[in-house]
Amino acid sequence: MDEVTLGTVLASTLRVSTPLILCALAGTLSERSGVIDLGLEGKMLLAAFAAASTGVVSGSLVLALLVAMLVGVALSMLHGYACVSHRGDQVVLGMAITMTAAGLTVVLGIAWFKQGGQTPPLPDAVRLGPLFPGLMEAVKGVALVGPVVALGLLGHDAFVYAAFALVALVWWLLYRTRFGLRLRATGENPAMVDAAGVSVLKMRYQALALNGVLSALAGAYLVMAQNPSFIPNMTAGRGYMALAAMIFGKWHPLGALAACLLFGFLEAVAIRLQGVTVAGIGQVPVQAIQALPYLMTVVLLAGFIGRANAPKALGTPYIKER
Amino acid sequence: MTQPVELPRWMDLALLPAINLGLALLVSAIVLVIVGHDPGQVLGLLIKGAFGSRAGLSYTLYYATTFVFTGLAVAVAFHGGLFNIGGEGQAMMGGLGVALAALAFAERLPAWVMLPLLVGAAMLFGMLWAAVPAALQAWRGSHIVITTIMFNSLAAALLGYLLVGVLKEPGNMAPETRAFADSARVPGLHELLGWFGVDWPKTPLNLSALLALAAAVGVYLALWKSQPGYALRAVGFAPEAARYAGIAPRVQILRSMMLSGALAGLVAVNEIAGVQGRLLAEFVAGAGFAGIAVALIGRNHPTGIVLAAILFGALYQGGAELAFEIQGFSREMVFTLQGLIVLFAGAMAQVAAPALGRLVKALRREPAHG
Repeated sequence: MDEVTLGTVLASTLRVSTPLILCALAGTLSERSGVIDLGLEGKMLLAAFAAASTGVVSGSLVLALLVAMLVGVALSMLHGYACVSHRGDQVVLGMAITMTAAGLTVVLGIAWFKQGGQTPPLPDAVRLGPLFPGLMEAVKGVALVGPVVALGLLGHDAFVYAAFALVALVWWLLYRTRFGLRLRATGENPAMVDAAGVSVLKMRYQALALNGVLSALAGAYLVMAQNPSFIPNMTAGRGYMALAAMIFGKWHPLGALAACLLFGFLEAVAIRLQGVTVAGIGQVPVQAIQALPYLMTVVLLAGFIGRANAPKALGTPYIKER
Repeated sequence: MTQPVELPRWMDLALLPAINLGLALLVSAIVLVIVGHDPGQVLGLLIKGAFGSRAGLSYTLYYATTFVFTGLAVAVAFHGGLFNIGGEGQAMMGGLGVALAALAFAERLPAWVMLPLLVGAAMLFGMLWAAVPAALQAWRGSHIVITTIMFNSLAAALLGYLLVGVLKEPGNMAPETRAFADSARVPGLHELLGWFGVDWPKTPLNLSALLALAAAVGVYLALWKSQPGYALRAVGFAPEAARYAGIAPRVQILRSMMLSGALAGLVAVNEIAGVQGRLLAEFVAGAGFAGIAVALIGRNHPTGIVLAAILFGALYQGGAELAFEIQGFSREMVFTLQGLIVLFAGAMAQVAAPALGRLVKALRREPAHG
């Protein structure tokens, strides 16, 4: 493999991983507080639609991001109202959000833009270009590592770097702050948190709010950087893959990052190998590579490679004793 | 904690689903107004499209057939204390079973042998695809919701691989198998009625509808009138009590999921053997997820599920008609409503019930005061 190929594969790995990372962080925060999030897919999709339609109508990047986050947080608050306050089934709620989002985005898209559910392409002002185009050109010429670094690492938009920064931030929040300690405790032993005088409900709502912001960023990335416009069902299972990555990363932000990069790499390779014939193997079964993340997650969950321990109170609504 | 009020039976079985359905319809109506349609006109045309003609009614019942299967699949797992989100993948594998049986034997065997064989193959493949997550849950403790989601993606990948590879019809660009021989086609209602000289419009409604009714009766008998069914429900209702009574929970998990998977697999009898006559990739098209909504509205009981399936069949058929009738109306409105039903009847079921409970309590107390 020459340097240019290496650089492109690295670049597409990072690009494919970015929404996964953001989404997996969102999942990590809510699940660490004890709330299952199967609605990641739906939150991401509705936020993507919100970002795209606001972007098309207003032409403002900031506004598009804000509206997307507003939608993400609103869905998370619905999540909290149904599951935290009223102790509804968290799995069912996630399915409800995902199913509703899949339908609603198309209904609104057709009504507003009349392009079969797509939005028009986002104007350039709302799209994200490479963050360091100058630096990229400068490094390209360097011998040996130049193309790999330039193509693979420097040609990205702000979201890609932000995703990595957010991993560090979420790690710091969870493991180095009092808020994080309480949040993790809420997912493990809510009764103890309650006894310490901290509101379990409030902790879970706060975790969900952050979850809404992060899943909205993942959705916004899809329309601002990855695709030129919103397409019906464009999340295409990424929410579930992020969920798998979160589990594969054992509910830890750094683990989730590693899993997302691995899954992203597999997808980047699968796209590259489409229709390629390798000597000895023949046509590469791309579907097999694409299925690997799910297969690995199943194997991990079954405890055959290490143990994935979910937060103990995950999925159990908290009932305050009076 | 306040004690939850015991609702009268008719409220629990009829009023509560009606309220939840009403809320979902209300939000849908608001969405319709936002996008500039008249909800009353939409509802009228929907009912007319779904029930107004023999063809419309046939389509409604054809869609309902699939939803009975997936709804029953969700319900059976639910009674075993499990949430099967894998209906989608299990139905896909059912399709694979049907296709393999049809492609291997249909040229040589007559229909009366072939049709039961197809039903068996659909059930077997769906069952096996559900058995793996069940066994992993029972013996390795992996969360069944997550594994069944993963198995949906795995089934899609496997089917995709086979349909562009070994199973693909040579010379056909689309990823689908060759057409099955006639003996592997479930006869349509118009053909059946044609034999008796009755003229009926040609629609996808086929004999599988009767299979769906039989499945509903079968599930009722199996769960409520048999000893193994009692054990299954006992584990779902009170796992600890069941264990003290000597019922092994692991076996029940496996049983309820296998039955659930077999029911989901039957979708393929309707869609593949009944309508398409060949295997193609996207034939399940969300029916597995729709089953969740059907089971929730049908309160996980076969009678309720059949009624809910007809309701959903009507929504799908009516929605398809509406897309022709009203400019700018999209079928996805039906998916939106479906998601809202899962929201109100499932996730927010706890919101309406206590309010209703308080009302009942207040009404009961009043005469005592007066």
